[in-house]
Order: sequence, then structure tokens, then C-alpha cells
Amino acid sequence: MTVSIQLEVNGKPVQAAVEPRRLLVHFLREDLGLTGANIGCETSLCGACTVLVDGNAVKSCTMLAAQADGASVTTIEGLAQNGELHPLQEGFWEKHGLQCGYCTPGMILSANYLLTQNQNPNDEEIREGLKGNICRCTGYHNIVEAVKYAAERMS
Amino acid sequence: MAGVLGTSIKRREDPALITGRGKYTDDLNVPGMAHAAIVRSPYAHARIRGIDASAAEALPGVLAVLTARDVAAAGIPGVVPVGWLLPDLKTPAHPMIAADTVRHVGDAVAVVVAEDRYIARDAADRVAVDYEPLDAVADVVAALEDGAPAVHEDAPGNVAFDWEIGERESVDAAFASAAHTVQLDLRNNRLIPHAIEPRAVLASYDSNAGSMTIHMTSQNPHVHRLLMTLASLGMPEHKVRIVAPEVGGGFGSKIHHYADEAIVGLCSMKLDRPVKWTATRTETNLTDAHGRDHSTHCALALDADGRITGLRVDTTAAMGAYLSTFAPAVPTYLYGTLMSGQYDIPAIHCHVTGVFTHTTPVDAYRGAGRPEATYVVERLMHLAGETTGLGPVEVRRRNFVSPDAFPYQTQVALAYDSGNYGPAMDRALEMIGYDDLRSEQASRRGNGGGRQIGIGFSSYIEACGLAPSAVVGSLGAQAGQWESADVRVHPTASVTVYTGSSSHGQGHETTFSQIVADRLGIDPEAVEVIHGDTDLVQFGMGTYGSRSAAVGGSAIARSVDKIIEKGKKIAAHLLEASAEDLEYEDGSFRVAGSPDRSLGLGDVALQAYLAHNYPDDLEPGLSATSFYDPSNFTYPFGTHVCVVEVDTETGSIELLRYAAVDDVGNVINPMIVDGQLHGGLAQGIGQALWENAVYDESGQLVSGSLMDYAVPKIHNLISFELDRTTTPCPHNPLGVKGVGEAGAIASPAAVVNAVVDALAPFGIDHIDMPLTPEKVWRAVNS
Amino acid sequence: MYPAQFDYRRAGSVDEALSLLQENEDAKLMAGGHSLIPMMKLRLAQPPVVIDIGRLDELKGISEGNGSVRVGSLTTHADIAASDVLAAHCPVLAEAAGHIGDAQVRNRGTIGGNIAHADPGSDIPPVLVLLGASIHLQSPSGARSVAAAEFFQDLLMTDVGEDEILTHVDAPALGAGTGAAYLKFEHPASGYAVVGAAASVTIENGRCTAAGLVVGGVDATPTAVDVSSLTGSDLSDDAIAAAASGLDAEDPIGDIFASGDYRVHVGKVYGKRALAAARDRAS
Repeated sequence: MTVSIQLEVNGKPVQAAVEPRRLLVHFLREDLGLTGANIGCETSLCGACTVLVDGNAVKSCTMLAAQADGASVTTIEGLAQNGELHPLQEGFWEKHGLQCGYCTPGMILSANYLLTQNQNPNDEEIREGLKGNICRCTGYHNIVEAVKYAAERMS
Repeated sequence: MAGVLGTSIKRREDPALITGRGKYTDDLNVPGMAHAAIVRSPYAHARIRGIDASAAEALPGVLAVLTARDVAAAGIPGVVPVGWLLPDLKTPAHPMIAADTVRHVGDAVAVVVAEDRYIARDAADRVAVDYEPLDAVADVVAALEDGAPAVHEDAPGNVAFDWEIGERESVDAAFASAAHTVQLDLRNNRLIPHAIEPRAVLASYDSNAGSMTIHMTSQNPHVHRLLMTLASLGMPEHKVRIVAPEVGGGFGSKIHHYADEAIVGLCSMKLDRPVKWTATRTETNLTDAHGRDHSTHCALALDADGRITGLRVDTTAAMGAYLSTFAPAVPTYLYGTLMSGQYDIPAIHCHVTGVFTHTTPVDAYRGAGRPEATYVVERLMHLAGETTGLGPVEVRRRNFVSPDAFPYQTQVALAYDSGNYGPAMDRALEMIGYDDLRSEQASRRGNGGGRQIGIGFSSYIEACGLAPSAVVGSLGAQAGQWESADVRVHPTASVTVYTGSSSHGQGHETTFSQIVADRLGIDPEAVEVIHGDTDLVQFGMGTYGSRSAAVGGSAIARSVDKIIEKGKKIAAHLLEASAEDLEYEDGSFRVAGSPDRSLGLGDVALQAYLAHNYPDDLEPGLSATSFYDPSNFTYPFGTHVCVVEVDTETGSIELLRYAAVDDVGNVINPMIVDGQLHGGLAQGIGQALWENAVYDESGQLVSGSLMDYAVPKIHNLISFELDRTTTPCPHNPLGVKGVGEAGAIASPAAVVNAVVDALAPFGIDHIDMPLTPEKVWRAVNS
Repeated sequence: MYPAQFDYRRAGSVDEALSLLQENEDAKLMAGGHSLIPMMKLRLAQPPVVIDIGRLDELKGISEGNGSVRVGSLTTHADIAASDVLAAHCPVLAEAAGHIGDAQVRNRGTIGGNIAHADPGSDIPPVLVLLGASIHLQSPSGARSVAAAEFFQDLLMTDVGEDEILTHVDAPALGAGTGAAYLKFEHPASGYAVVGAAASVTIENGRCTAAGLVVGGVDATPTAVDVSSLTGSDLSDDAIAAAASGLDAEDPIGDIFASGDYRVHVGKVYGKRALAAARDRAS
């Protein structure tokens, strides 16, 4: 069977018929070609697939595409506005908050959610807020710096 | 451009990666692409009695199910080779697809190709394999016991090799006359690399051309092409193109040639369609080569003054079920040769037994042998500080190789080219506020509270940029250890570099452009760096062993120097001067002593391609290729200090401070160098505190998912305090040494020494990694 | 990573969900999906039909009245953790919800899904048992409620019948003079509680009049500790430690990270610390 879904992805309406078992991350990556959300584990722990669903950070590997019917989804591809990098994207670039870049889209979107909840997080709050995202390259040191940079820019 | 070297230029790699436009292997889709799912053994050891694929084949959307029979029918070599041979090494066959016996959980027994990856998985579940389970052995020590299940019939006693370095007799003599001795039995825990991007491959066979393009997660595409064609698929090397697109981390795991990538290549050949396979995390954890897994007895002899007189090491090292690509080198030439550490040790002997077990193969993982060696030496140095009463600082200082002793010949083959170990330690002590910390520790001990602090040191030596080729060849490498660079100056004086060192997160494009920009006196933006494609790049050995800057970067520097030399001849012709009188500076060729007689690089480059007004004896064009084969390893070093707080009631450990002073020679991009250190530290701290690949007695990997295998998470780590000393490498043109592995090499010992230091009042002198709260608690209460 | 095939039904009301449940044998209810989807991705769960109840607004929300708080089963952990109502009337439940997983998991995971899954490492069950919460279930034959202490029956097993839907949780509001705390000893990989200790202490006129301690992670279901010795006591550290040391488990759960013995030990330590924190909050 298939399920008809209508949603908004990065501000654009999307209609599709999907198999019920299709994970949102596969729908985004394969059906919509939005390959920014990555898959790094299969136990909902690495956070590489994090996207925003109705403004909330969620792991798109732990959500069926069918569950996203009616939702507004933002992926990393939709974060920069009018060709201007988001302050978090700038921060990750400026502070060397990424190496291989695989975890980065999810990390940035989690950080984005964190900053909507707490505009001026301290180091501990940043570390607590990003605990659902694993990075194997950076040791997280510069990720904390990148988020602080963005928070400052946004305030 | 002046000042471009040693500057933290932002990475040119990043804009694509922070916007989601970077393309990793699984992001690639091509018309007609099918998907593979691999059927894997659930048993650590079993005989395959039969395979019934009919239910899988009957599923709509399934294109093929292949087994070992199909490998045989294809008439291809069909094996996964080992690339480093030791004397008397047992090299049992490693078939691409297991034919009659499986030897570890995850061993491939069949592959399903389907139109969709969900259907491929559905079909894989329907492949019925009739196994006869056999006894298995997963533990490296148990595998050597009499009567242990044999992993391979042609490796009696499960011994893969028996290797030693140094002089046993002189070490025995040192122990016989020692004033102090310390000894330790330790385990170096097995690790799973966990590059966050799982391994993936997209193989596209073209039957018309008889050629294949393979996009894959590779740290060394040319090496993969060689092994893939020669040993697995039997295709002519020139008919295979391997491309490494964006690669999401490797840490060693993407060096090796695996069965899975070859299997997918075979599927594409058989179906004449592009086939993609992306490992699930479960699959990567069962098939990516693991790291470490040693059992070691070691001992140190010291004289009455606390000077080391002898070091004895006996290690049993797991190889896993098959010999992975560089596996035999890791616990031998990358381990035994590092045993002198930063110290002047007159007698060393290291004996290593390589052992087959019914587990995932073990191979190079960040540091590869050097973290294990550093752990042995630095744990012993901690104990020596205690036993001699000198403490961790003085016992190290007393034994450092003196700065005027370089080049220093160790007793274990390596000759250190340069070093100055004292200042790095001094700086680390200063950063951490050592005396104040000791006072704090004393007061906490006096109060007898449940939260004790400890301070741990690790003064490490690293050997980067494995070299030279003739030497590594004599030690068994089936590959050279040079690197190539083709540097092309275009008619408009912009530059393209083709390097054999391909990046998987290190920022090569940025760093290499800085090297060229500095040497040619041009803007880094005028330099393009091409890597990771066997059709574009002449040849390359790849990125591992902290070699890219020291070897790959030096090859680039050599090519640039050749270009400057050629440019001088062209400029001399145009300026009607002698080439010997020309200097190159800030992008201009100048006649020495005549500042008004000069030509820009652009003028010379254009003339090189026009060749209208040109020296008779010179070929047109302005490009140069170098195959740089270093004369020696490089030897970064440093001292790391870790401060921990231990909750003695529960055994929980909290990191309080981590200071690292590293000497990696000249630094090209400090921001990137620091980032490499941060990442290495996280992995080394992870080994010390959390990470552990655990097998049960039946050979099941019980920490095979992120639910049980704890990679370091952001809320469990702290920010690091870094500084540097600079002792340039004397034998390469850049004076650089390498930094990719330093953090992972130094930090396990620093962390464990800190915890043991905190628990000294409890009479604890060792706890095996990872230092889980329960282990610490049990030690405190034993 | 690829769930097996299933049919998907989306319920528009609790009644519709109940009838879908009756019509489809072995169907699974899905709230946020954060217990079910991970199992399905590993094919450890392969339900033929999934009934998505995630849009039933009637099962969402937090309210307070008559001395108790009500949390709808589809309320997310994030909403529970951030709830002003709970902050005022039952902060320990919010505290525990804030410890669950990570921000992304809390944004999708629900209290109903969490307790219906009944993972021994979950943060919510010990708090519900501590509070004496009641869990409300609805079936075609009517509604019933069950005490949290009876609800959790065994490892991943609860009192939810095959034809029932978990609608909401009622918990008594914490009265004046009562402090409560939840302390978690987190698994470094999974983020679940190796041990989670929920404690409450009531102080009236300077005397302890009631105390409770429930520890999760030690046994298949939350383990209540008899801390009645604290009633009437001075709540000294020694008295608290003695009370917490009463934690016992006949057959404690253990794994490669923490053995049963160790979990019991940590349960006592965290129990003590949670009681002390509750005491400090009460006074």
C-alpha cells in the first residue's frame, strides 16, 4: 500500500505517495534529492539525520514519511536564506566546527533548535543541548565554539 | 603569498558541507542503479551446508542473488589479500564470499541485488542459509590455549606470526642488575572506528568498454584499485576508475580493502548495471576493521637513580578472522619500534604473537600500533615514578633523550631525527598549574572525601609518514610509501594540484593550497587541489598514518620547486640573463642585483605555453610531477596532562582538565592542526573511558551498536587546552611532521595515569581500559 | 535500517483507534514512534499493521486540578520537561522527562509510548511509581485505571491489554513541604538510565512525615525501597543513607556495562543522593 502525504519542505509544497515503511530520511534523501540529512546509525543515537519538523529538531530516521503528512520540514538545504549563510553555518565555518562534514547538517539543525530554546547558552547548556548528535572528528571542542559564535551573532 | 603558511585560513571545503551540498557516496544516484544487501553470518564459526535463495529470488524487484558459487563461476581471483608480509606469516585465504566456512559474525555468505534498498533487505532476510555451528574463540589469549577452536586449518595454534625486535639478552641483563623494576599485565581494548559515514560503494560496470567506475568511501583510491583489480575482480587495472567523493571520516577504517566493495563490483559486472551498497551501522561495526585488542605483559628496569636500563614487552595481538590489508604491520613495525618512547633506553626487547580469532579482522585504527606502544611505555613510566619515588615528572625528565643526542638511534630500529622533549613538558606543567593541583589533591586526600582528583601524564613519541619505501619494503610492505604530486601552472598563472593524498575530513584542499601559495607567492585562491580520483591523479598512496602533510605536502613542494627551476630558465631566456642569476620571490623571477629586471609568474607561464620566444633546449609547458619518497619517518612528540575527578563511591570519572603540548614541526594551518588534535584526543579519551568492542564466548559482538558501544558524546567531553613547541623536521622540505594521530596516541595513557593517580591512596596501580565506573568501583573496593 | 512492510492506519479519534485495534490482529499502536520505529528498523518488531495515534489531540496536554496533575499519553517529553503546570505542581516528573534521551528524542517521544514500552532504563516509570500515579486505559468495553506500581509487570511488559489504549496519567500534585528529585546514572552509549533514583521527602513542622524512594534500572520494573524509617527522623545524612541501603533486588538486571551487583550498589548511592536532594528541596 502507499500513503498520500502533503507537506512543506524548505518552504515548498510537496505531494507524494509513499510506502508506509518509508522513513522520513529516505523520503528526503532519495525521493526529494535532499541529501544533506545523513544516516550514521540505526539506533536513533547519532543525530546525523536531524531535521526540523514544525520547528522542532527531530531524527528523521525515527519518523515515517507518513507521520510528516501536513508538517513543515526544514533541512540543511533550507537553512541559508537568500544566499546568506545562517549564523550557525557561518559559525561552523569560522570556528572549524566540522572536519568530514557528515554530522554537520544534523549538528547545525540541532544547534538551531537549541538557540530557539535558549538564545544565550553557556558551554554546559550547549553540550547538553547537542547530546543527540555524534561527531567523530572534532572532539566537539570547536562545535561548542561555533554555536557560541552563532549565538553572539544572532543576539 | 607571504604569511600564508602558518595561518588559520578558513577551509575551502566547508561551504558545500555546511549547506548540505557535499556529496558522499550514498548521495550519488545514477540511472539504472540497483541496490545490494549482503547476507551475513550470524555465527562466529560455522560450516555452510547449503544456501536456498529461491524465496529471495521470487520476491518482486529482486534482480539476483549471488553466492560463492557465482564468484567461482565468474573465474575471478575472488579473494581479499593481505598487503604486508612478515617472515613466516600464515596467510590463509580470505574469500570475497565465504564458500564453506564462516569465521566471524558478519562474514559475507551471499548478496542480494534488487531495485530498491528496502526490497534488497527483504530479500536478504529470505535467503535461507543452512549452518552447522562450530566452536568459536573470540578472546586473543584463549585462542592460544591448547585445544582452542582453530580459525584456519593452515594456521596451527591460531598463530599468524611470531615476531620480535631488540635484544632479549641485554634486557635480561638489565633486569638482573636493576635497582628498581616495575611490571604490568594489561589489555589494550578492542575498538570500532565508527567513522560517522558508514562504508558505501557505487559500482558502475560498462560492458561496452569493459570498464568500471567505482565511487567508494576510500582513504586511498589507487591502493583500492590495485587490490580490487589484482586480487578480487581480476579486471585490468587501467579499466577501473575509483573515485572517493566526500568521505565522512575514516580513522583507518577506509584504508583497507574489504570483501563487500568487491562483492558489489561483481554484482555490477554480473548485472551490467550500477549497483549501490551502503552499510548499516550494524554492518560497519561487524565488518570495518577493528583496532587494538592486545594482551601485554611488560616490565621496566631502572637503576638506583631512576634511569631506565631495560624494557621488556610481550604482546599477544589479535588479527581477527582474516589478515586485513595492513594488519600484520600494526602490532609489529608500528608498535615494537616505538617502545623507546621519548626515553634513552639502552636495552629493549619486544615480542609479539599475532593471533587469529573468530572476530572481525583487526587493522590500523587512528594511531595504529603507536597508541598501544605509548600506553605500554607511559603506564610503566607512571609506575616507575611511584616505585622510585621520583614522581611522574622527574622520572620522565631524567630519562628524556637529551636534545643534543639527535639524531638518536633507538634500540628498536627507529632513528629519531629531531626532538626537544623537556620544553613541551615544562609548558604543559605551566599550563595546568601543576603545583596548585598537587596541593588541591593533597587537601582532598586529607579530607578523605568521596571525590578524589588525579593528574596523569603522557609524554609520547609518534612516527608519522612511514618511509622510505625501500625500508618498508624490506620489512614486508607490499606497497611503496612515497606520495605523488602533479602541479600544473596554467598560462594565466593559476594552478591545479593533483595529489595522491585524498582527504576524508582533514582539509587537504585548504592546506595544500597554502603550501603552493606560499612557495609560489600567489593567492591560495588561485590554487585548485584535485584528489581522490584514479582517472585524474597519476597515482597515490592515500591518507593515513599522519602522512599527508609530511609526504604528500612535501611532494607538492618538490613539484613547485621544479616549476620554479624551469621558470627560471624561461625567465632567464626572456630577460637575457643566466638562469643561475635568477631568484624567485613573491611571485616574480628577478635577476639578482637588478631589481628592475624581473618577470611575473604569469609572464613566464604564458610564454611556457606559447613557446614563441623560448629556450631551444627546453620543452614547453609549466608543470611538474614528483614522487616524493622520504628518507625517514617524522617524529612528533609532546606531553599531555589530564586531570580527573573520581567519585570513589560509584567509580564515576569526570574529566576536569586536559592540557596538551605538541610538537608537530612547522604548522601549515594552526586551526586545522588544533582540530586534528581535538579529534584524536576525543578518540583516545574514548578508548580510556568508554569504548570497548566486547565479544561473548560464542563470538557474538555484544557491543555492536551505539546502544552499547560508547563513542564519546559532547556532554561527556570537555574543551581542551592546547599549545605547541616547534622543532622542525630536518629532512623534508616543509619541516612538517604530521598531527592526525597525536591525540589518540597520547591520551589513553594520560587518562588512565590520572585515574590511577587519584586512586593511589587505595593502593591501585592499574585498571584496564575502558575505565568503566564498575571497574573503578571494584578496584576501590577490592 | 529498513523496516519490514506493514499497513498503515491513521486514527482520527480514540474510538477509531480502538476499532482499528480490534479489526487488525497483532497491530501496533504508534504514538511518537520512538520506541517502535527503532525496533522496526532492526526488524525486531514486524507488526503487520501500525495504527498511528500521533494526531489524537484529545490525548495531548497537561492540566492540574483537585490536587492532581493529568498528563495526556501523547504529550511529548519536551512538553513535559518544559511544563509550567508541572513546574508548579509536580516538578519531579518534568525533571525526569528532561533526562530522557536527547532534545530530538524528547521532541517526538511521548509519555504514553514510553511507559507502554516499559524499558527498565526509562526515566519515567520510577517517578510514576514514586508519585503513586494512576495510568488510565481505554478499551471498547470502557475505561479503567491502574496504579503505576502494578502497571509495570516485567521487562518490556505492562498491564496494557491488546485492545486497550493508554489515554493519560494522573499523578498527585506534590503538596507544600514535599520535595522530590530524580537522579540519573546515565549509560554513556544508549543514554538510558543504568540507574535512575526518584525520591520524595515531606517535612511538616520540621519533622519528616513521609518519604519515598523508587529506583529504576536495577530490576525489570521499578524497585520501591522501604524508607519509612525516615518518617519522624531528623533526615540526617546517616539516616538517609541507612534508609537507601534497604534497596534490594532478587535478580537484578546486568549487562556488559554494569552488573546486577553494581546496579544495586549504585541504586543505593543514587537513592541516598536523591533523598538528600529531595530533603533539601523540601526544606
